[in-house]
This record gives sequence, structure tokens and C-alpha cells, in this order.
Amino acid sequence: MAPLTTLSWSDAWYLAPEITLSAFAIVLTILDLFAPKSWNRNFIGWLTVLGLAVAAGFVVWLMLDFKNAGATGGNPVHDLLGGSYRVDDFGNLLKLVFLGSSGFIVLASLGSVRTADVPIKGEFYYLLLPAVLGAMVMSSSGDLVTLFIGLELLSITSYILVGSRKRNGLSSEAAFKYLVTGGVASAFILYGMSFLYGIAGSTNLSLIGQNIGQIVTDYHALVYVAFFLMTAGFAMKVALAPFHAWAADVYQGAPTPITSFLAVVSKGAAFAMLYRIFMNTVFFMQNTPAVRDDIYLALAVLAAAAMIVGTAGALRQRNVKRLLALSGVANAGILMIPLTLRVTQLHSSIFTEFFYYLLAYAFMNIGAFAILTVVSRGSGNESLSGFAGLYHRAPWTAVAMTVLLCSLAGLPVTGGFFGKLFILFGTVQTGSYWLAAILLVTTVVSYAVYFGFIRQMYLRSGNEDTGLRIPGPAAVAIWICVAATLALGFLPKVVLDWIDALFSIPVDFLSK
Amino acid sequence: MIENIPILSFILLAPLVGALLVLLLPKQRSGWLRITALVFSLIPLALCLWLFASYQPGAGGTAFTEHYTWLSIPLNKDASQGIASMLLHFDYHLAVDGISLPMLLLTSIVSSMAAMASVHIRKRWKMYYVLFLLLETGMYGVFLARDLILFFIFFEITLIPMFFLIGIWGYFGREKAANRFLVYNGLGSAAMLLAFLILIATAGFTAAQAAGGYQLDFSGSYDVLLKNLSDPNAYANLDPAKTGDLGLHLSNNLKWGAFVLLLIAFGIKIPIFPFHTWMLRVHKEAPPSIVMIHSGVLLKMGVYGLIRFGAFLLPAQLHSWSTVLAVLGVINILYGAILACVQKEFKLVLAYSSVSHMGIVLLGIASLNEIGLQGAIYQSVSHGLISALLFLIVGSLYERTGTTELDDLGGLAKSVPFLSGILLTAGLASLGLPGLSGFVGEFLSFLGLFGSMKWLTAVGVLGILFAAVYVLRSVLGITFGPIQDRLTEIKDARFVEAVPMIALTALIILLGVYPSILTDLMQHGFTGLLEQFTQRAGG
Repeated sequence: MAPLTTLSWSDAWYLAPEITLSAFAIVLTILDLFAPKSWNRNFIGWLTVLGLAVAAGFVVWLMLDFKNAGATGGNPVHDLLGGSYRVDDFGNLLKLVFLGSSGFIVLASLGSVRTADVPIKGEFYYLLLPAVLGAMVMSSSGDLVTLFIGLELLSITSYILVGSRKRNGLSSEAAFKYLVTGGVASAFILYGMSFLYGIAGSTNLSLIGQNIGQIVTDYHALVYVAFFLMTAGFAMKVALAPFHAWAADVYQGAPTPITSFLAVVSKGAAFAMLYRIFMNTVFFMQNTPAVRDDIYLALAVLAAAAMIVGTAGALRQRNVKRLLALSGVANAGILMIPLTLRVTQLHSSIFTEFFYYLLAYAFMNIGAFAILTVVSRGSGNESLSGFAGLYHRAPWTAVAMTVLLCSLAGLPVTGGFFGKLFILFGTVQTGSYWLAAILLVTTVVSYAVYFGFIRQMYLRSGNEDTGLRIPGPAAVAIWICVAATLALGFLPKVVLDWIDALFSIPVDFLSK
Repeated sequence: MIENIPILSFILLAPLVGALLVLLLPKQRSGWLRITALVFSLIPLALCLWLFASYQPGAGGTAFTEHYTWLSIPLNKDASQGIASMLLHFDYHLAVDGISLPMLLLTSIVSSMAAMASVHIRKRWKMYYVLFLLLETGMYGVFLARDLILFFIFFEITLIPMFFLIGIWGYFGREKAANRFLVYNGLGSAAMLLAFLILIATAGFTAAQAAGGYQLDFSGSYDVLLKNLSDPNAYANLDPAKTGDLGLHLSNNLKWGAFVLLLIAFGIKIPIFPFHTWMLRVHKEAPPSIVMIHSGVLLKMGVYGLIRFGAFLLPAQLHSWSTVLAVLGVINILYGAILACVQKEFKLVLAYSSVSHMGIVLLGIASLNEIGLQGAIYQSVSHGLISALLFLIVGSLYERTGTTELDDLGGLAKSVPFLSGILLTAGLASLGLPGLSGFVGEFLSFLGLFGSMKWLTAVGVLGILFAAVYVLRSVLGITFGPIQDRLTEIKDARFVEAVPMIALTALIILLGVYPSILTDLMQHGFTGLLEQFTQRAGG
């Protein structure tokens, strides 16, 4: 038996982003406790942004370090604790998305989240940090146990955050529903993992990956059980149909910034976990293609169902948050597609396709939710009609929303368009025409959903007297999201060159 | 000297610059806004005329090609060894030839006239002109682009402005019309994108050996696709049993899939029965200046796309389905013509007449010979001018009478003789009177098809009889007969309305008496395609 590895001080450098977040979380908790009641808790929000920015800075530093190491022949990956925690470019790229998204979400909520709605504002801000930490742990894990710990850290903090509109019945209901369904999902995942551990004899993903060929031939049925249980659990976390029913209620009840956090960061983290597990296990089942294809087919069917159900459901929604929840279900289906595609000699860009769309998705969703926050505060409700005549009240906000909606609908020239284009190209390259057809048809049907907003904003007249007041930080977040959405559409090459330079499948996906 | 300036980019970008300028102008000054929009519509018109004057059919449009790499996206190459680079490659590639130049001229003429006809727009001028100019950019882009993705983007860019232009400035049922328009055309675009991606992922692939290993490239360039599809040694045409399963083989089934998808995509736009319902609504509900563009240019994007991509890239499939296309064309002709005879609303008469006339274009394409293909383009241009003129008149009539119901109109020749005269001319052109442009287009298309499918041609020609019925019934109903009291005092066309009417009428007569002005342009446009058809027919 190998000796137990422990952390040494020199490893702290690789954990700097995570340590920063934990430190900020603890300090902010104490600050919130001892700061006088009369202080406005927005300063905690600003400190949260600072903490996220510092952590992101460390991540970038690590990435540059790895890039130099890769260029000079060194090792661009760092394994901690016998491979149970992996600092690599896959994790780093996703961590940047999580940290950046959370930063914009906090910015958008500064000044928009009211004490009347969220009574304990300090808690609202400092609880986001452990949630992001959980997401980061998930994207960096090389071991089933670490993965699960990250997942629970993220889930449990989000249960509390969903319920943070403490005087609102819907919010409590949402928190309760999220707790129950989230708990069930965690149980499914854990149960599936226990089977995998049982047949592989290890929780370490690289060890499982090395032996998976033998395992599949020996324990054929149990492999199915393990993966289908885990898949069901992940599908719940990601909100893929038919495991998506919680999403609409939870998104509606949660404070809007938390809704966008669930839509972007939680979803992204669950995908990170999926990639970690599948790329290290199912990917190596070359000798038993039947089993591998069955597992991928299950994912593909979930993706297709999510696209269809999400789009069809969104058609009839009048409540914007429920509508965006269902659009999130459809988008989860789209995000799922790359993982289900075959890797062939000429098609191996699955991560690039996924990551690019995730980036586009993050920006368009955060922007749309931020605009929803300010608009619904002006109109007093979260229904689609709150957007009526927005063009006349606040033309620039309407234009910003139009850009984001075009991106959601996949119209050129936006990030959403190119993201979908790459995924489509992947499906066509691997011959998965049925997925391509479903993606295209649901996209066209979703025009009706997103142009519903545009109709309200431009073709209807609303209450024209009330102007729209947008808090400064929210405006910054919105316009950065709009600019990024357009940049991803006009200059996709910059981002894709960057991903191509950093990421490589053998180094960053496959644990050795 | 024209070769030394990027004239195609100027044509493409002039309306976009105009849109930005309009954005900067104050929104109350409708006069300034209108003049800016008009000037930036006339600039491309002038440039197109210059291009037309210096274009040499024998040389093709090679002198005017503009080609820059736009995106070369690295694809992950970890799954195989010995590869120096694998790129997905989209270019900014603009070019003209004998097929696109007539379309460009049509676009510039119709959109300038529509810009003048926009005097009837009464609200939110600024946004109107911004969208109008954006729509123009999209249309020029469609006819100029030689990269599949670039083409797709411009095709999509026309959707968004049109949605707003119909939805905000249209008549009573505008929102429903705008939605129909969006969903139908969205489906068409989706089918087109899938077909394009299938072609790019197979026929767009090229491999070159270089110092550092193979350089693999998936290209969206039309030229590359055209070359690879006809090259038996391209990866797309090699047997996968020999090359290994790389997913590059464009099998016969895939070719058929791509062809049918393209036919659906452009069939919705043309529109081919039964995909025509959205277009009737747009004709009826959109403001007349926008219908001029819609009926005059946007429908022709479908024709152009079908010829450019359907015929040139997949000639074998078109060849086997030429009878199907001809039957669809005949259905369009007769269905449109018969229904046009019973409409009570003048705009719907014109809408069904468009369906009928686009059927003639299909016949021209289905003929697979030079005369017919020239006829298809000629008919597209001619129908574009005629329907633009008709809707120009409709706009002016509606301004004065407040209705386009045939029952409420009558005897207008007494109060508005000029408008009535132009209406009669346009009607005669529409029914194909010799000496006007409509005749030449129809004659060439029917003549082309007569060579290969005599019976279908004979049935199709019946459409011309119906055309005489519905045109004369509605036009004479409007201009002659008893006049209602309230219509006796209305004023004839103003100067600003008369100018585009006279210009369009002049062009229709010019094309009618001097057809070689366009046919000379097209002479060498179809050479490569026709060779492929003769090869197939011979072998």
C-alpha cells in the first residue's frame, strides 16, 4: 500500500484561489457579526467582489505558470493528495468562469437587493463564497470523494441562499423543494458512486480509468447501474428533462441574483463533475463500445429531452423567471451535447465546444437576470408584461436586453450563435444528425419565446411615466455582459485560440 | 480604376454607415433622417451601376473579388498524431458574377425606390430608417457573400429588421404576420445551416502536407466546396472503405439530405407551395415600402440561393429532381393564379400573383438549360421591379383612400389619372405584355422548359391566361367604373411619389424592349453548371 500523502506548505500556492475564498468567507462572516447594525451591508458585497477578484487573479497566475511550464517541458498539472485534487487547465478555465460569473452576479445585486426582500443581506453575500468554493472543488477533483464534498458544499449553501427571502412564502417553498430534490439527487449520485467504488475498488478517478476495461467485462450489469444512477443524479443537478421539474419553482422563489447563480455556476459545476467522471471512465471503454455507446446514448437522450421539454415549456410561461428557468433547461441540453459526441480523429473539440457555449451562456444569462432584477423592481412584478414599453422608458436597457435575447435565441452575430454553431458542427462531424435537427428546431421554436420579450419591449406601450433607475454596479455588470456577448460573436477566434493554447485532452482531462 | 478600390465592400457597408449616421441624428427631424437614408441607399445604387458598366461577362467577376481570412478557428487535434494544424475556416469573401450582378442591381434599385416610398411612414422614423438600412446591408451581403457561413449570417441579419419593420409599422394584423415571418424563415434558415454544415464537414475538408505535419482545414468557402465536390479525389468523394472512417465521406444519402434541406430552406423563401402562407400575411400586413423590398428582393434571395447552392453545388440532385421542381413550379403558377382571381383585397391579389410568378422562376430553374436559367434570373429581376412598382402604387392609393378593398375602389382614373396610368402599365407588365419586362422573363423560362418537359410547360402557360384575368379584373376595377363620392377629391401623386414610379416604369420598359442588357451579363454565368448537366445527360 502506498504511503498516505499529505499536504505540504509548498502546495498552498496551488490552492491559493481556494484558500483566498475560504479566508474571505470566514472574515466576512465575522465582520457581519460584529459590525454595527446601522451599517449598510453593501460593503460586504464589495468585499465579496474583491475576494472573488483576488481568487480569479490567483487562478490566472496559475494558468500562466502552467503555460510557461508547458512551454519549457515541465508539468502543466499539479496533483495534490495522491491525485484526489488536480490543479489543471480544465479546472482553471472553469474556475475562472465560476469566479467571474459570481463576481458579476454580486455586482448586479449590489443596490438591487433590498432589505425588505432579503432581510439579512450580509449573509446573502458571504454565503456565495463557500458556494463558489464548492464549485471550484468540483471542477478540480480527481477523486469521487472530493467531487462529492464539493457538490455538497455548493448544494447546501445554495439551499440557504434560495431561502434568503425570508418573508416570502414562495422563497421558503423553493428552498424546501430544492433541499428535497437536491438531496435526492445527491443520494442518487452517491449511490451510483458507491457501486463504482464497489466494482473498481478505488475512489480515485485515474485508478478507475486504468482498470475500467477489465471492470466492464467483469461487472457488466453493475457498470450500467452505477452510471445510470449517477447520470440521473447529475441530470437533476443540471436540470435536464425529465429531471427538471424543480427548476421552475426554485428559480421563481429564489432572489433573482441567486437564480442566475443557480443557472450559471451550479449548472456549470455539475457539468465540470460530469466531465471529470466521464472523461476518466467512460472514455476508456474502447474495448466495450456497446456499453460506452449505451451510456453516451443515455446522455444524448437526456439532452434531446431537455431541449424539447425546456423550449416547449418556455413557450407558455408568462413569469420571466420561470421562463428563464425552462430556457435554462433547454440550454442545459445544448451544453450536454458535446459530451455525448464521439471523439474521432478529426473531432476531439468536445471541451472547446462545451466551454465556449458555457461562456456565452454565462454572459447572456447573468445579463438577462440583471436586467430582469431592475425591470421587475420598477414594475413590481416578474411577469413578461413588466417589460411592456421598455424601449420607450429606457431605450438603452431595451437594446441591451435585445442583444442578450438574440444571443439566447442563437441569432448572429452573438456569442450564443457561435456557441451553437460549434456544437452543431461537432454533431455534423460525428454524424449525430438527429441531435443537430433537434437543436435547430428547438432553437427556431425558441425564437417565439425570446421574441415575446422583444414584442413587449418594442411593440407594446407600458407605463411611460416611471423611468427606470439602474444602480451603478448593476449597469456595469449588464454592459460588460452585453459587450462580452457581442465580443464572443464577433471575435470568437481570440477566445478559441486561448482555449486551444491552454487546454489539451491528454494533459488536462485524463488523470495519469 | 474600379478594380483598385474594394467596391463590393463599399456597396455592402454604405447602408451600414448610413444606419450609424441615422442613429446619431435627432429623432424628431424626419426630413434629415429620410434624406440620410435615401443618400445611403443611392450610394450603393451608383456603385452597382458603375460595377455594371465596367463588368465584363467574359472575364466574370474575378476583377472584383475581395477575399480576407475572417476566422480561422483552431480545432482540438489531440486525437490524432502528425497534425500541424486543424482549422475551421470562414472567410470574408465577396464576389460577383453573371448571376449575382443582376440581383445586386435589383436590390439597389428597389431599395432606393423603397427609401423614397418611405415618406408614408408616420411614426418612429429614426428606428425605421436604422432598420431599413440594416436590412439593405443584409440583402447586399446575401448576394455578395461567397462563404457559406457569411451567407448564412447575412441571410439571418435580414430576419431581425424585417420582424420589427413588419411588427411596428404594419397594418392591423402586424404582430401575427411578424411572428409567422420569423418562425417560417427561422425554420428555413435552420434547414439551410444544417445543409451547409454537412457540406462544410465533408466537402469543405482539405489536407495539405507541410513541414510540421498535415495541415487540415475545414473551410466554408464556396470556391473550395465547388472544387472539392467535383473533384473525384477529394476526401468527400473517396470511398470510406479506402480512407478509413474519418467521417469525411459525403455519401449519396447525405447529398440528398443536404439537397432536400436546401430546397426546403430556399423553398420557404421563394415561396414554394405549401410554404407560402407566411408570405401572404407579410404582403397584406407590412407597410408598402417594406413589401416593395420583401416582394422585390427578399423572395429573390431564395431563387439566388437555390441556384447558387442547390444547382451549382449539387447539380446531380437537381438534375434528378428537375421534374419535381417543374411540377412544384406549375402548382405554384396555377394555385397562385386561380386564387388571385377570387381575392377581394388588392394586396392579396398581388400576393397570390407573386406566388404564381415565382412558379415561373422555378420552371426556369427546372429546365436545366441556359435559356431557362437565364429566364429564371430575368423573371426574378422583372418580377422584383414590377411588384415593387405595384406596391409603391398600393402605398400611395392607401394613403389617399384608406383602403385596398377592391369593392371600395373604383373610377380612380377620373381623380388620379397619373396613378391609374402607372397602375395600368404595371398591371400589363405583370400579365406579361410583350414590350414590357414581364414578357421576356416568362418567355425565356417557358421556352427553356419546353425543350425538356413539353406537357408541363403547356399546363404552366395556362397561368398566363389567369394572369390576364386577375390583373385586368382588379386593375380595371380600381381605375374604371363608377367612382365613390369621397374619392372624387383626392389628389394625384406628389413629386416624391412620382419619381420612383417613373423610374421603375422606365426600367420595366427598358428591360422589355432591350433584354440583352441583362442576358449579356448572364452569358457566362452558367457555363460550368451547364457542362455538368450535359455530362450527366450524355453519360
